[in-house]
Amino acid sequence: MDVDVSNYIALSAVMFFIGVAGVILRRNPLIVLMAIELMLNAANLALVAFSRAWVNNAGHIFVFLVVTVAAAEAAIGLAIVVAVFRRSKNVDVDEVARLRG
Amino acid sequence: MILFYVLAIVLIASAIFTISQKSPVYSVIGLLTNFLTLAAFYVTLNAEFLGVIQIVVYSGAILMLFVFVIALLSSGIGPFSEGPDRLPRVLAPALATVVVAFGFLIYGVLHAPMSALPAHVMSSTLGPPGTANVFGSVGDFGVALFTTQLLPFEMTAFVLLVAVIGVVVIAGDAVVGPTHGAHLVRRKRRTAKERESIVKTGR
Repeated sequence: MDVDVSNYIALSAVMFFIGVAGVILRRNPLIVLMAIELMLNAANLALVAFSRAWVNNAGHIFVFLVVTVAAAEAAIGLAIVVAVFRRSKNVDVDEVARLRG
Repeated sequence: MILFYVLAIVLIASAIFTISQKSPVYSVIGLLTNFLTLAAFYVTLNAEFLGVIQIVVYSGAILMLFVFVIALLSSGIGPFSEGPDRLPRVLAPALATVVVAFGFLIYGVLHAPMSALPAHVMSSTLGPPGTANVFGSVGDFGVALFTTQLLPFEMTAFVLLVAVIGVVVIAGDAVVGPTHGAHLVRRKRRTAKERESIVKTGR
């Protein structure tokens, strides 16, 4: 491993916080979902880097599970966006506040 | 080392591009670049199978889903209202979150026993990418997936099943209550007699 693992962790942290910024700052639900994908992939990068550093493939298995969960999450999130769009035309995350109580 | 920095710059730039674009289509392009760069990272980290998975599952399946939903939503009308920027309102909580989370991260990295690498954790041997049964190859990954990690692998089937059922329940055809997306709902089929009368009378 010619690059130290801490470099990968720093890169993963930067990417994760870009995803956090996307979730907090954007109002378009599609871009919010994409930012969530960014965060999941940042975690994956950290897992793969540690897996390589310790030469243990448990991290690879974990990345596989995270990819599965990400696929399920994207499918359900997009289904919610489509369902909200069918009912109200407006899918802005600030406007869709029916569950606020 | 140079490869790492080039890939890192592309990765961060494409991530910023993804969250800063006005149109979701450009965001998808940025996300695609991001995922392909990540696949390149995985290959350099001896995880060649995960690199392939990254391209096939993320770029092939998940991004296609995003593109289809964008095409479905933005036909004709703009579903995303223009409004004031959220940045001033959320700046303080966002900064607090970042500072706290980054503090935990720095603490963890500084106190982790990185240098002491116990030999017994190694699950397989390292070798050049593309060789059979070295660390990260398809054989190495598959053997672990179907022997020691079998239970988590079986659980993914439940996760996917729940997702499939959830999508059908949430976005299925049965729309209750007033709907504005009436063009998305299937029209009732006409019977043969009705069609015949339409042809005869012209309406």
